Amino acid sequence: MIVADKKPIEEIIDMIKDYEKILIVGCNECVTVCEAGGKKEVGVLASALRMYFMNQGKKMDIDEVTLERQCDHEYLEEIRDRIDQYDAVLSLACGAGIQFMAEKYFHTPVYPGVNTCFMGVTEERGVWSERCQGCGQCILGQTAGICPISRCAKRLLNGPCGGSTNGKCEISKDLDCAWQLIVDRLKELDRLDDYEQIAPIKDWSTERAGGPRHVVREDVRQ
Amino acid sequence: MRLRYPDTIRIVRVPCTGKVDVLHILRAFEKGADGVYVVGCMEGDCRFENGNLRARKRVAQARELLDKVGIGGERVKMFNLSSGEGPRFAEYAVEMTEKIRALGPNPIKKAKEKRAA
Repeated sequence: MIVADKKPIEEIIDMIKDYEKILIVGCNECVTVCEAGGKKEVGVLASALRMYFMNQGKKMDIDEVTLERQCDHEYLEEIRDRIDQYDAVLSLACGAGIQFMAEKYFHTPVYPGVNTCFMGVTEERGVWSERCQGCGQCILGQTAGICPISRCAKRLLNGPCGGSTNGKCEISKDLDCAWQLIVDRLKELDRLDDYEQIAPIKDWSTERAGGPRHVVREDVRQ
Repeated sequence: MRLRYPDTIRIVRVPCTGKVDVLHILRAFEKGADGVYVVGCMEGDCRFENGNLRARKRVAQARELLDKVGIGGERVKMFNLSSGEGPRFAEYAVEMTEKIRALGPNPIKKAKEKRAA
């Protein structure tokens, strides 16, 4: 899932303070799971903001809605008939959802209510960590299902480097060395021969280095 | 026991304090409550294992948010007692009432009245 973190309320207040009527839009997908932008977070933020502006003596109407997703046309369309009633939208979706909202409702200012962080997993409730950088050319088959692009600080394809000590990365004693994990798992799978294979230079053009990316599938395109 | 405690308190019953959410606490203040306190079982004695520990975290979150929006986090507090401690329940009610009296009314109420005038 895409993992996001809540923005400090002070920052949100500063962004919306000049408006009088705003719509807070949550998203039922990834940001709900990572407890940053789902229906509950929309409710808490709306309530806190209403109290803040009321206390300041400033007129501010705040409505709430949570869409199934903000990265698909059909769900964003659900607010088309009411969007013009608002001075601005505060979206609690990930960066993709916020941008799609801004593209669709060109004349309505849209502000982010969360900081979008990475693609990752829920290690335990309240702890999320990165697992994928969307490099566009997956090598997990060669690396025992552990991604050195997202989990090695140097993104090494033939690791580990000299900074790996007792299974930990030199940048933090709390961070596992991805290559230690890869070697351990290859050993467990009796596939250490794979480790001997030198990985060729990676084509980074499928990553962000090649500019913004698209996936076009003619077989499903309408 | 027929103990007396201040009649300014409204009791909202929940199956376990683990049911109490930040949103419930905030909404109470939005509607004009001067203070909110959550009374849970003793820590370590939760029938559902960690309901009261969850409540403690949520109370802490609510305090932080209320501080940031200018209502004052000290208006929220969590108490723990066992179901056999009726006198202590009454003591906590008095303690909280006195604390809130000292703090004065919820500023939201004043702001609402000002707007209505």
